[in-house]
Amino acid sequence: MEVTRVENVTRVFTIGKVETQALRGISLSIEEGEFTALVGPSGSGKTTLLQLLGCLDQPTGGQVFVKGQDVSRLNRNQRADMRRGTIGFVFQFFALIPTLTAYENIEMPLLLNKHTPTERRDRVMQLLEAVDLADRAHHRPDQMSGGEQQRAAVARALAPHPAIVLADEPTANLDTANGEQVMDIMTRLNQETGVTFVFATHDPRVIKYARRVITLRDGIVA
Amino acid sequence: MIQLYKMAWRDLGRNRRRTFFSMLALAFGVALLVFMDSFIAGEMRDALQLAIKLQSGHLQVRTATYNEDKTSLKWEDLIENPDAVAARIAARPEVQVATPRLYATGIVVAGDTSAGVRVVGIDPDSAASAPFSEGMTSGSYLTADDRGGLLMGRTLADKLKLSSGDKVNLLVNTSNGDVDQQPFVIRGLFSTGTPGYDQNTIFLPLSKAQAIARADNRASIILILLKDQDQTDALAAALQEPAYQIKTYNQMNPLLNEFEQYANAMMYVFYLIVLGITATVIVNTLVMSVFERTREIGILSAMGMRGGRIMAMFFAESSLLAVGGITMGVALGSLISAFVQRYGIFIGDFGVTGIFIGERIYTYLTLKDIITLAIMAFVITLLSAIYPAMVAARLEPVEALHGGK
Repeated sequence: MEVTRVENVTRVFTIGKVETQALRGISLSIEEGEFTALVGPSGSGKTTLLQLLGCLDQPTGGQVFVKGQDVSRLNRNQRADMRRGTIGFVFQFFALIPTLTAYENIEMPLLLNKHTPTERRDRVMQLLEAVDLADRAHHRPDQMSGGEQQRAAVARALAPHPAIVLADEPTANLDTANGEQVMDIMTRLNQETGVTFVFATHDPRVIKYARRVITLRDGIVA
Repeated sequence: MIQLYKMAWRDLGRNRRRTFFSMLALAFGVALLVFMDSFIAGEMRDALQLAIKLQSGHLQVRTATYNEDKTSLKWEDLIENPDAVAARIAARPEVQVATPRLYATGIVVAGDTSAGVRVVGIDPDSAASAPFSEGMTSGSYLTADDRGGLLMGRTLADKLKLSSGDKVNLLVNTSNGDVDQQPFVIRGLFSTGTPGYDQNTIFLPLSKAQAIARADNRASIILILLKDQDQTDALAAALQEPAYQIKTYNQMNPLLNEFEQYANAMMYVFYLIVLGITATVIVNTLVMSVFERTREIGILSAMGMRGGRIMAMFFAESSLLAVGGITMGVALGSLISAFVQRYGIFIGDFGVTGIFIGERIYTYLTLKDIITLAIMAFVITLLSAIYPAMVAARLEPVEALHGGK
């Protein structure tokens, strides 16, 4: 079953009088349960495509579908509603809220989705166990290593049972061991829960985890 | 909601010094306003009580034709057999004291100097005359049968360089339009603590004042003090009869009422100015906070937080700043007000014609004033979060996510 699809999407950024075509007409589909890598050199459009798939941005042309719904022209709040609970994100930087503990960071999307306190507690504890952070539950990001922070970010992305998790260079700021640990966890969770993962990377050690590889070059699928 | 406030609390805690100084700015503003409010309220309250105590009483009975502005001494304008009228009124249970007074205009002459005065004939033994007997600064108080002595305000005596025991000539307008002149000895000097009153008032025993003004057994007014000020209007209605006009203290002190309304209106303008200044401090704090947390706003937005909720986060922060600042401000302002309520502030002769202002002003702070001010400060502080909150809510998630890089 299709989770997301793009049809002939283009994305043009205009800075001053200079136009840059980040995506030049891409069409592809991501099926449920995939563990897919978007690969390509810097500037190939990986991040831009992830942002369109994640309803963070809107295409200049073409259409983006998430769970069958055309999200290309949704307004700001409609896109926020679409992201909430449906799409999880893991960013290159360890994107945790610095004033919240690991537990509270993971709980945040559940709060936004209005889960009951019991549901939240059970889900957060389950995820903390899954990413091996149970003993770090009440630590704030500045009290955690980079690897621990990124594992917490993965747990947060998965918290509301999303249809898809989009990860942009999730291991770029980690050493090899921590990078592998994060990828192992993502692989395991993909296999155990069936949640779809799409991650952008140009690291060959990460690409090997993917069951499907989509290569981008100069804004098109190579 | 709890999570929102938890985040707001921790966000404020990131830069404790900045948060503290923002709260302090608000606290100083609120403290200043609490003090100003209590100062004006105290001044108005004291002025009214002084006016009641020294001049108007709670109620006055006058003949229907008596004109206060002209200090009329025509017999038809005066109350005949005033002691009997006063005794009848004093018999009412709500009345503390009722006493006749005769007003006349005159000039006091001492050597080469002279001054226009208001001559007031009083019953020295009446409880209504207590502020004068209690305010004696030198010499002795009047007796009802004193035929050659007067009491003079200390401020007037200082101006004329006179003291107790000195002799003066008093020229008084009489009921038939003539001027009578008699020598008097200054028995004593009094101070009511109200220089504006003390510098133009001379007291004579009522019978002597009646004699010199040729008023026979008549008085200008019956001055009434009540046990309970709130009974004023009820008693005024009960005393109504065609031959008399009954004046309440509000009617007799119109300038005070107007001044109070004006002062209250000015206080609201002052509120807005001071709170407006403190609001700019809060705006600055929150705008800096938005810029420092751009990427976090992007993360929350990526999780699906709507613009409205992002705005709510900043409103939560400003409301916490408001609660902290207002609490500190009310505490500080109340402390200062309590001190001035006890010890007063010496202002000397303020010299506002028509309003009794004492040498010292004592603040008067009410819970209602504090609550009004606290609500106003809270609302203005919340409003100050609108701009930063909108800036945060309008950030595009993609740009915000890159904003902190």
